Amino acid sequence: MPKQRKFNILEHELVPKHEVLPPEEAARILKELGVTPQQLPWLRVTDPVARAIGAKPGDIVRIYRKSPTSGETIAYRYVVGY
Amino acid sequence: MIPEEKFIKGIKFGILSPDYIRKMSVTAIVTSDLYDEDGRPIQGGLMDPRLGAIAPGQVCPTCGNDAKTCPGHFGHIELARPVIHVGFAKHIYDVLRTTCRRCGRLLLPEQELARYVRLLERLRDKWPLLANMLTIVVKRKASKIMECPHCGEKQFRIIFEKPYTFYEERPEGRIQLNPFEIRERLARVPDDDAILLGFDPQAARPEWMVLTVLPVPPIQVRPSIVLESGIRAEDDLTHKLADIVRTNERLRELLDSGAPQKLIDDHWFLLQYHVATYIDNELPRIPVARHRGGRPLKGVAQRLKGKEGRFRGNLSGKRVDYSARTVISPDPNISINEVGVPEEIAKILTVRVPVTPWNIEEMRRYVLNGPNKWPGANYVISPDGRKMDLRYADRKRIAELLAPGWQVERHLRDGDIVLFNRQPSLHRMSIMAHVVKVLPGRTFRLNLLVCPPYNADFDGDEMNLHVPRTEEAQAEARELMLVQYHILSPRYGGPIIGGVQDYVSGAYLLTSKATLLSLEDVVDLLSAAGYKGEIPEPAILSPKKRWTGKQLISLFLPKTFNFRGKARVSAGIFACDSEWCWNDSFILIKRGELLTGVLDKKAVGAEQPENMMHWLIKEYGSDYAKYVYDHMFKMFIRFIEKRGFTMTVDDVALPPEAKEKVKSILAEAEEKVRETIRKYREGGLEPVPGRTLEETLELEILDVLSQARKKVEDVVVNYLDPFNNVFIMARTGARGNELNITQMAALLGQQSVRGERIHRGYRGRYLPHFRKGDLSAAPRGFVYSNFYDGLSPIEVFFHAAGGREGLVDTAVRTSQSGYMQRRLINALQDLRVEYDGTVRTPYGELIQIRYGEDGVDPMKSSHGKAVNIERAIERVIGWRI
Repeated sequence: MPKQRKFNILEHELVPKHEVLPPEEAARILKELGVTPQQLPWLRVTDPVARAIGAKPGDIVRIYRKSPTSGETIAYRYVVGY
Repeated sequence: MIPEEKFIKGIKFGILSPDYIRKMSVTAIVTSDLYDEDGRPIQGGLMDPRLGAIAPGQVCPTCGNDAKTCPGHFGHIELARPVIHVGFAKHIYDVLRTTCRRCGRLLLPEQELARYVRLLERLRDKWPLLANMLTIVVKRKASKIMECPHCGEKQFRIIFEKPYTFYEERPEGRIQLNPFEIRERLARVPDDDAILLGFDPQAARPEWMVLTVLPVPPIQVRPSIVLESGIRAEDDLTHKLADIVRTNERLRELLDSGAPQKLIDDHWFLLQYHVATYIDNELPRIPVARHRGGRPLKGVAQRLKGKEGRFRGNLSGKRVDYSARTVISPDPNISINEVGVPEEIAKILTVRVPVTPWNIEEMRRYVLNGPNKWPGANYVISPDGRKMDLRYADRKRIAELLAPGWQVERHLRDGDIVLFNRQPSLHRMSIMAHVVKVLPGRTFRLNLLVCPPYNADFDGDEMNLHVPRTEEAQAEARELMLVQYHILSPRYGGPIIGGVQDYVSGAYLLTSKATLLSLEDVVDLLSAAGYKGEIPEPAILSPKKRWTGKQLISLFLPKTFNFRGKARVSAGIFACDSEWCWNDSFILIKRGELLTGVLDKKAVGAEQPENMMHWLIKEYGSDYAKYVYDHMFKMFIRFIEKRGFTMTVDDVALPPEAKEKVKSILAEAEEKVRETIRKYREGGLEPVPGRTLEETLELEILDVLSQARKKVEDVVVNYLDPFNNVFIMARTGARGNELNITQMAALLGQQSVRGERIHRGYRGRYLPHFRKGDLSAAPRGFVYSNFYDGLSPIEVFFHAAGGREGLVDTAVRTSQSGYMQRRLINALQDLRVEYDGTVRTPYGELIQIRYGEDGVDPMKSSHGKAVNIERAIERVIGWRI
């Protein structure tokens, strides 16, 4: 088991907001974008953020990012096992 | 016959098995001699005719084709003793250490093997990369086991000595393994265990990594060259193969005659060396095989490797027909869309044109002119597809034969579209389409305004030209690649085409308040610009009729165009914040009239976003922009031509009073430096956090000196005449800057190497002319002199050191950024924006949900932003004050 972390990385200013999508919404998003889950960029379960939000392989994660060109943008990640 | 449609679903690589090599071979090679006394190739030699027809007219004994169609056929050499294939040595090492030396099984217990097999099967389809990782894990685990779990045999450590020697560490000592034993061991590995090691036993059995038969490539792969003197020169591979055959035959004889083992081993080793260098002649730790002349031979690997190898040199990049290359030179009189092509080149490059009832007379004329008289034609293609060379044909007869259905390869002529390119092709604008203009001379001519996108100058630069051959290609070039469609750069959404140097000074001088033009001047300037229309009312009617330059500019501006903005000269004492300003450095254009302000680099220069030209192009289109560049800009250089523009030493001569000021500033700085050093010596200097005391001192001194230089710059700027030509160039941005002028007029300042004051050289000092440990300005590269008065020899030396570093830096930077560029292009070249606005790979993998996250094409944006609201409002509600 990983040791108790000293701080919550989700609160760091450089870490954008991540959230795991409920399955229905994930399916809707995939249909909207016209992609299979594998065609999304991948996020490892071992990624510190994925661990922090408790994502499991097969989940779709939504990321709210600040963007210099468009203010806030949304990105999606497919959580994979390795 | 309709050809069957075939698709390549995949490519599989494997190792040639000895049986397969024999099967595809047409002959065994048994003699190292190539030709007999009559010069005919020997049967069973390396030039055996059965390996493929190569001479024109020769019929291949194997396939019956002639030289043009014979694909070539492999032969083979039966090696008397097996040798290691150097390319696989590493894999042989892996197999040797992970399998049992007696039974050949993988050194893992039976259950573990079964588990891994199941795991591998599961992984293979879904995660092929993970499957590879598994084999690495298997290898790591198996290589640690020192006793076979299957037969109980004790294992010994294997030592691999690059490039192809293997030893076994037995109790009695280190024993070399010969390829024969190695091959036997590899052959004992069962297929099921080989799979776990990452082999596909159908395509690559481990023992095939040791060569028993060597394939001999067809003659087409290694053609011999007949020199002018009639002497044949053989290809490097042929030489190397001859070495192999010779050593092989000698080894065979020795084996047959039962020679001593030592002699056999020596020859065996030699054979191994020859086979290894045949495959790769740049192996570490073994001597390079050389030609008699001492030139290293080219192995198979050398043909493929590197920049000039088969992949990067011949497959990723090729030499093409219908292209030309020559030196470029400027021609301000042609359009930005045009390129001047020398007649000599126009007579070589051709366009294929079908003959129609509408152009038949024209085509007849070209055919009659023939290949040597421009505009003519080089070839004619008849309807049955025969190509006739007009150099040798009866042109009169062919001209009469010409009819619709024929095709003519006519010379390049005015109005044709061509692609023009200058390396390095770093961005889209490095290749643009130009319209041909055939001109006398031997250089390509291009308009000076298109130098910035190509980054071209005329100090000997060469450029390439390509002729699109099909109508589709020509249409695409004309509609998409023409220069005028690339005025706005996709890099930052501003004009990349624009005036440089004299265009900028000319624009400034013409639009300056001091310029008043007589009727003759106006007529001359407007005719140079090709202006058609009325001459405006003069700005001054009495005592003489005089026009201003601003009036002439206004003739070329659309009547609905409004613009406000600072000029570049708006700085220091000439600064203007609004149009209500005497300095005339705020541009105001109202309803197409240039009311105040001078045009300089910020208005007409290249690579200046959000300037006057930018809004003109965005709001009035590229045809209009082309018109402005072709006509208005001509006025600038015509004017500077009429006025005359030059620089003299006196332009940077400071009056004695200014020199005194400079001296006192420098004396003050010197005193400060002395004070700082004194403080440092006495220990009174406080170190900056994170720096040592010495670093702090250096920073402090650099700071004092650079401040002094800045003060000097202000003095220079104040005392020099702001309207002398050197200063005009600096202020308008045509050439040079205020630092350059300061260096010419007052002092060069601190020279630096690696961002530090120059100090490395002799012990404690840079040159023997200084005292050791002198930390003051002069001994550390501060140059008090200027170019006007001249430098002392020591100062020249300092200046040279700094200058050399700059040179080295540029060289290093270009190679580094070039490689980075190459890797970026390789990574990104297949991405594209789909119709739904997403950025994807060809496999449909999502990269971005919207291009650039905002879906904006930077070329059509206003300097990166999607819309400029100010400007949009202004256009709708009209002019605001």
